[in-house]
Amino acid sequence: MANIISDETIEYVGILAKLELSDEEKEQAKTDMGRMLDYIDKLGELDTSQVEPMSHVFPVQNVFRKDVVTNGDEREQLLSNAPQEKDGMFVVPKTFD
Amino acid sequence: MNTIDMTATGLSAAIRAGKTTAVEATEAVLAKIAEEDKKYNCYVTIDREGALSQAKAVQKRIEAGEMTGPLAGVPMAVKDNICTEGLLTTCSSKILHNFVPTYTAEALKNLQKAGAVILGKTNMDEFAMGSTTETSAYGPTKNPRNTEHVPGGSSGGSAAAVAAGECFYAIGSDTGGSIRQPASYCGVVGMKPTYGTVSRYGLIAYGSSLDQIGPLTKDVADCAAVLEALASHDTKDSTSVAREDTDFTSALTEDVAGLRIGIPNDYLGEGLNDEVRAAVLAAAEVLEKKGALVERFDLSLVEYAIPAYYTIAAAEASSNLERFDGIKYGYRTQDYAGLHNMYKKSRSEGFGEEVKRRIMLGSFVLSSGYYDAYYLKALKVKALIKKAFDAAFAKYDVILGPVAPTTAPRLGESLTDPIQMYLGDIYTIAVNLAGLPGISVPCGEDSQGLPIGLQLIGDCFQEKKLLRAAYTYEQEGHRHE
Repeated sequence: MANIISDETIEYVGILAKLELSDEEKEQAKTDMGRMLDYIDKLGELDTSQVEPMSHVFPVQNVFRKDVVTNGDEREQLLSNAPQEKDGMFVVPKTFD
Repeated sequence: MNTIDMTATGLSAAIRAGKTTAVEATEAVLAKIAEEDKKYNCYVTIDREGALSQAKAVQKRIEAGEMTGPLAGVPMAVKDNICTEGLLTTCSSKILHNFVPTYTAEALKNLQKAGAVILGKTNMDEFAMGSTTETSAYGPTKNPRNTEHVPGGSSGGSAAAVAAGECFYAIGSDTGGSIRQPASYCGVVGMKPTYGTVSRYGLIAYGSSLDQIGPLTKDVADCAAVLEALASHDTKDSTSVAREDTDFTSALTEDVAGLRIGIPNDYLGEGLNDEVRAAVLAAAEVLEKKGALVERFDLSLVEYAIPAYYTIAAAEASSNLERFDGIKYGYRTQDYAGLHNMYKKSRSEGFGEEVKRRIMLGSFVLSSGYYDAYYLKALKVKALIKKAFDAAFAKYDVILGPVAPTTAPRLGESLTDPIQMYLGDIYTIAVNLAGLPGISVPCGEDSQGLPIGLQLIGDCFQEKKLLRAAYTYEQEGHRHE
């Protein structure tokens, strides 16, 4: 395997991805990601020095609209999906002291 | 003919002619589901009462002459990543186990305007990440043609429901082959439209630049009718394209005279099962006999599509799935210490293995220091792949090939090796990268009786050519039966 994923990298990716992995999952993730990157490295065979990256297949422009509310009041329905709510608000863990 | 065996457009015609009603058809299909879905597990949610009350309302409007379209009164199924107001929408994930949307996806609203009766939500690979419908948190779906085999994925529940007669048509989503491949494995018709043809508003995003909603149907005529109803320009989806040529049913003519069909040599090479190859080439011969000009050519770059796709799709997924944080909806972990620990634990417990794998890969390829080498590189390769298709469509109207290298694998065979599973997407994936339309049409069976799918790929906005070729092929096939 050409790509060796270090413990530090997996820790860092876990932070970016907001995932908490067990030690066993971390080992598996290191192997899986290394193998995928080996496979993705195949793209390096192509010379793309003169190629512009293509994010969208059509030459689409930004689409603008007036910033006005078009939907009705859905507060009750939206809050009914929340894991925890109180007095019409989402309940979240304490974020600062 | 038994109601349950009718096509969608056939059923609607019978309803509109007063030979049956939307309510009778809905009752018949609900009875079929009650009887058989334990075997196949096509559905995550069955909305019995809702379906019957929709059917009654639609029937009234048909009788009042307000609903006259070719799909009026037809009971159908919806992949569980497409939002339905008031009806559970899980993406087959634990993290959305209790999510009830407050609105209905635009594409599905279009079908409701055309008289659709929603039966329920179909099983899928979790967040549409997978090719077998085995990564669902609610158990795998089984292939109705042989229950020891997978139905394909990720729209496996939709394809299986159509094949099993548990709906008259279904909709799915296709990010890398997720409509076409299960259609192929289950022996039904499935189409991924040109990117931007169908609104993605209300489709829970996986890879936003690749996702498209499309039909899974019993035949090509149904496929055209459903696509015609689905397509619309929607200002709520900024990538929606304003098209004027969405009268897809007008393409249902038996005429391929002079149609230039190219078969990529790269789609017939190593890894392709012999029986699949033979069936696909026999289908090409049928079209040639009907007057199409069939030729082999080299498409090139085919082996780069999968690594480019997984880089781009994982990157977009890692960003799109950030919204599942245990705050506004979905699963929240029981015990946690502070905000970040709550995020991490909710996500780690709520997402399955394959989803986590792709989020991690996506986070990595977008991270500082690796962005240029991986993500940007993949976008450049995407540009090259698009160019290769442009060159092909300068010579051909339609590209013809297999949908998948094999027929449906056995349950449990695919998940052990992710890369091996990804390789199964080799013929479908480039179509999404290039934003092209593609259709899967049944073209025979292998020696085990498992269906084989023929794939036709068109240039952007050329769905009609695909439908015309597919319809011609299907008509010819029926004559041989």
